Amino acid sequence: MSPILELRGVTMRFGGLTAVKDVSFAAGKGEITAIIGPNGAGKTTLFNCITGFYRPTEGEVLLHGAAGTTPLQRLPDHRIAQAGVARTFQNIRLFAGMTALENLLIAQHNRLMAATGFGIGAVLGLSRYPAAERQAVAQARHWLAATDLLDRADDPAGALPYGQQRRLEIARAMCTDPQLLCLDEPAAGLNPRESEALADLLRRILAAGTAILLIEHDMHVVMRISDRVVVLDHGSMIAIGTPAAVRADPRVIAAYLGEADDEESAAGAAA
Amino acid sequence: MIAALREAAIAAAVAFGLFVLLVGLKTEPGSAGTLILRERFGDVALLCGLVFTGRLLMALWRARRAAVEPGAPTRLAALTGRLGSWLAPALLATALLLPWLPGIGRSELDLGILVLTYVMLGWGLNIVVGLAGLLDLGYVAFYAVGAYAYALLAQYFGLSFWICLPLAGILAAFWGVLLGFPVLRLRGDYLAIVTLAFGEIIRVVLVNWTELTGGPNGISGIPRPSFFGLPFSMGGEEGSFAAVFGLEPSPSHRVIFLYYLILCLALLTNWVTLRLRRQPLGRAWEAMREDEIACRALGINLTATKLSAFALGAMFGGFAGAFFATRQAFISPESFTFIESAIILAIVVLGGLGSQLGVAIAAIVMIGGFELFREFDEWRMLIFGGVMVAIMVLRPRGLVGTRTPTIALGERRKISAELVQEGRG
Repeated sequence: MSPILELRGVTMRFGGLTAVKDVSFAAGKGEITAIIGPNGAGKTTLFNCITGFYRPTEGEVLLHGAAGTTPLQRLPDHRIAQAGVARTFQNIRLFAGMTALENLLIAQHNRLMAATGFGIGAVLGLSRYPAAERQAVAQARHWLAATDLLDRADDPAGALPYGQQRRLEIARAMCTDPQLLCLDEPAAGLNPRESEALADLLRRILAAGTAILLIEHDMHVVMRISDRVVVLDHGSMIAIGTPAAVRADPRVIAAYLGEADDEESAAGAAA
Repeated sequence: MIAALREAAIAAAVAFGLFVLLVGLKTEPGSAGTLILRERFGDVALLCGLVFTGRLLMALWRARRAAVEPGAPTRLAALTGRLGSWLAPALLATALLLPWLPGIGRSELDLGILVLTYVMLGWGLNIVVGLAGLLDLGYVAFYAVGAYAYALLAQYFGLSFWICLPLAGILAAFWGVLLGFPVLRLRGDYLAIVTLAFGEIIRVVLVNWTELTGGPNGISGIPRPSFFGLPFSMGGEEGSFAAVFGLEPSPSHRVIFLYYLILCLALLTNWVTLRLRRQPLGRAWEAMREDEIACRALGINLTATKLSAFALGAMFGGFAGAFFATRQAFISPESFTFIESAIILAIVVLGGLGSQLGVAIAAIVMIGGFELFREFDEWRMLIFGGVMVAIMVLRPRGLVGTRTPTIALGERRKISAELVQEGRG
């Protein structure tokens, strides 16, 4: 496996609280890597470290992209998105008052902005902007079609039903042309048919060459689509492997059944 | 009906509590320097009666409106939509032809110039507050920078208006960026406080830096604009505007010229804003108003986006300031107090955040209406306050609260105001 994203000893502390403790793993190119764990295990914190919303206290986050290796932990968040890491949010963050199409065009802001001569040229009408915009609309149309939202393109994002908003957020993330797509609980609140459609969509994204890292609570989805599962508990990584291997791991079972504390104290006593 | 009566009774009781001492009792100086207590309980009864009937009618009307709720708002929306489609061209045509319309004299044209100045300021602030969602309470600072930039450059260096105008804009934009940097991380109320302070700082500097700005005395004798080099002089001598065009010298030439000048500046502001809205920069401003965190996740550089909004808004404020200086020929810090910022912000909020047409209408109503009601004197503040309350009750998102998408695959449909974020700074 050649990795797209590599975490080396990532630790995140908030004052005295260690939310993520020395986590190291790699997510492979062309793979779906899932991060699971009980509530409060540090999944979303780890996500925020990768996507630059937090700066990890210690450790490295390396993106092995098409343009070589980039250490993400030093970049401001908008640079991380430009480097090729896109994300969605656990609580959907669409631009509610703008149409689906506008949402997707904003995702292509940097490319369009370059074509306008950074705003000035376009006002005067001297630029390559119309062609760039046509291309951007074509890409937006492609992802709207892929997420089955083409007929809702001119509707405000805030007026779409919940499931469609989830899909639109994924489409928007894909419009930044990412090499790695990070999804924070994409199946939350979806009905079984919708999560089936989501799994299909993720496979298509994977086939188009974007690796996926996802946090998910829905074990059906995780076990069916992931190539590799990382299990976090109390901020530490307790297991990594294929879905089948992880499911059989006694530590994972213990963490999910809430027996982790007993086991830890037993281990402490033995030492 | 019972509920409405009870509501009205409660309102009347509140009114009684308020007015019984405020209105009911009045002290007047009597003869020999004593105070006489005069009782006016008849007036109190009248006021309470008014409140009771008013509240009753309002409750009944609300109940009736609630009964016919579905369908009614859409009809209203369709009507305003149709109105809006011809209102903008009609307003533009009127503005273009105003000096030639019958019955328009010097004073009406002066009022037109004043209204257009506020339209331009409203449009400039609309970029910052309406599109980018950054609450700016110190906008008048940029207006002041523009005005003083023109006055000082013209006085000390003898530069003409047409050279000073862009310089004033650039200087104001520079101050916009300077204000923008420290407030990049602030939002909402905190941003409002800092911008408010910034506006005051500029004014206090203007008052106290006496050697440069003349302090509270201001700057007088600011050169009047020329018609691209041809002065508007009354003598009709060789090389003046009237002589070159073979016209009878008249003081109205300059007023008409000033009118068209501010109209062009305002239309320039409008044109740039409308154009930018359909482009990545404008869309990024609106996206920033909707959700900053999502913007960061999409790779939008918020620093550059915020600063560009501040700079552009400030630049148009600076243009308006330079125009103000050349029109008045006299400026002093008194013209740039906080109340000016408040009026401009009120125009933007009442008009509808982000709506160009709404801002123009609000400026006409507020500034024009304010001047027209001058003869009512003590009543006009009451009328003014009443109109503002009425607009905020009936149309809480401003006169034009809907948002038009900037691009569409099919038909562009208006986005209802409820979905559009107001911006938290």
